[in-house]
Amino acid sequence: MSRYLLRRLLIAVPSLLGISIVLFTVLALAPGDPFGELATNPNVPAEVGAALRAKFGLDDPVWLRYLHWLVAMLHGDWGFSFVSRMDVDRLILQRLPATLLVIGSSQVLALLVALPVGVLAATRPYSIFDQVANTFAFIGFSLPTFFTGILFILVFSIYLDWLPFVFRADIAATGWRWYWEMFRQAIMPVAVLGLFQGASWTRYVRSAVLDVIRLDYVTTARAKGIAERAVITKHVVRNALIPVVTLVALSMPAVFGGAIVTEQIFRVPGIGSLLISSILANDTPVIMAVTFVFACLVILFNLLADILYGWLDPRISYR
Amino acid sequence: MAGSTLASPTVDAGIAGVERARHVSPGMEAWRRFRRHRLAVASLVILGFMIVAVAAGPVVWQIPINDIDFGARLAMPSWAHPFGTDDLGQDLFARMLYGGRISLAVGLSAMAVAVVVGIIIGSVAGMSRGWIDAGLMWLTDLFLSLPALPVLLLLIYLFRDPLKQLVGPELGVFFLIVAVIGGFRWMPVARLVRAQFLSLREKEFVEAARALGASKWRQVVRHILPNSLGPVIVAGSIDVATAIILESTLSFLGLGFPPDIPTWGRILFDAKDYLDIAPHWALFPGVAIFLAVLTINYIGDGLRDALDPRRVM
Repeated sequence: MSRYLLRRLLIAVPSLLGISIVLFTVLALAPGDPFGELATNPNVPAEVGAALRAKFGLDDPVWLRYLHWLVAMLHGDWGFSFVSRMDVDRLILQRLPATLLVIGSSQVLALLVALPVGVLAATRPYSIFDQVANTFAFIGFSLPTFFTGILFILVFSIYLDWLPFVFRADIAATGWRWYWEMFRQAIMPVAVLGLFQGASWTRYVRSAVLDVIRLDYVTTARAKGIAERAVITKHVVRNALIPVVTLVALSMPAVFGGAIVTEQIFRVPGIGSLLISSILANDTPVIMAVTFVFACLVILFNLLADILYGWLDPRISYR
Repeated sequence: MAGSTLASPTVDAGIAGVERARHVSPGMEAWRRFRRHRLAVASLVILGFMIVAVAAGPVVWQIPINDIDFGARLAMPSWAHPFGTDDLGQDLFARMLYGGRISLAVGLSAMAVAVVVGIIIGSVAGMSRGWIDAGLMWLTDLFLSLPALPVLLLLIYLFRDPLKQLVGPELGVFFLIVAVIGGFRWMPVARLVRAQFLSLREKEFVEAARALGASKWRQVVRHILPNSLGPVIVAGSIDVATAIILESTLSFLGLGFPPDIPTWGRILFDAKDYLDIAPHWALFPGVAIFLAVLTINYIGDGLRDALDPRRVM
């Protein structure tokens, strides 16, 4: 298992390098100077502008600039936010917990919906339950997250007035009350993201279970007199989860896309809303850093999926 | 090349003569299977209606999209304004008809870009062995693990202004969004095409074509590609839905089309600050996006039933 882990980690490195090359190429190809504002600002004298260009190495050849950029990123020197007047890495570290909280709990919610519903639907294919679940799954992943978010705000905040629609990082309460307020304001963003993911995963789980349930070893397990419940949970689901894990890992980039939208709707102070506000404020270092952090998170979640994969299917980790 | 062109008409004629009695063209067979998926057929009707509405609507419904009327600010739906009005008293029905054209056009063109790029990369990878295949698949995996929306936003941030100056604000944003969405959706198609190519190129009929001296190009275009298109059509139909969602998402974040081009996502973005007093303003474009995406997804599901020959129906 540890050799398998090491191999997975080593595979993640070239992907990260590739992503950094793509991001840097995009930045280098972009017409116009990302730091042009400093150079053309009349308040900045020409020699200061030139000194800045020299400091950031803007006149070096592309590969040298890439190497400098990469080394700086690895050192944790992610630049300085023009707008917030603070180091980018500190800014991102401040915002990251909210994003991870929302994404993490929405994934848990999605699994809690998708697993039981998908398995139940697959064990009774073409029953009423299956058809209802299938219809809801279709509706669920056809509803874009921004529209669900608006519907939730409309129903739960405006008409029913049950839940706050602005996520606040500074709740003026302590102890249990703080947790309660935090829970109340997290319900809607988590539900929007979790139900969207849960809907598409339900379909993955259903088709994966349907593929496995017809195999001979399941019949064997039944023939040995094992209770139906145990056959499903111990024999079918564990094997059906293997393709599901792959699909979940593949859908991780989409999850982050959804997270940006939800953070924007509910004003969650996470890195997604940071990305949008820095794009609107032309804050290039923050934009680059946040995009890179999202890319790293995708790789990280893929790595987690690989670990899960190795645990679900020991054959893979011994290969 | 010459050998295969000479041989095929006679062979075709022989087979057609024997099988004429119960010959059903592949298109008819697919349509027969598609019709059995009731929701897909219903979706086709609804989507067709929406397309006709946005194509012909602005001709029939003649209120201009930027006709400001402060007397009818934030009006609820009525006979004069079937979908109500926005904060400037502009007719929402007219704006939605106009915006629907753009949303659907973006969806279709982005799908076309994604499918063409995916087919090219997938077939090159599928036909060539060795490092070209490995390199292209590495590229595909790399793109699959890129967080699409952040990178999309980055690209739009960096390239929006130059393109605007080059070809004008509307066309510039349109090209940018179509190219970027298409550029981030080709990977599933490429993987599908490559997988199909890997199995098809070893099949007997391709071997026969090769034995008859068909060039590699002819093998691909006449024999392998047509047989691998089924899953690609399904993936392409889903891509239209994804592209519509992505375009609306960009507009909803305020980073898509400029405010004077009312795409559905843009209308929703403008409406979200008036949810408490004018909920209809947000509901109509939201429902339109939802209906378009839902119907396209169902049509994709129906196409999967229709085009998968392994499925017995």
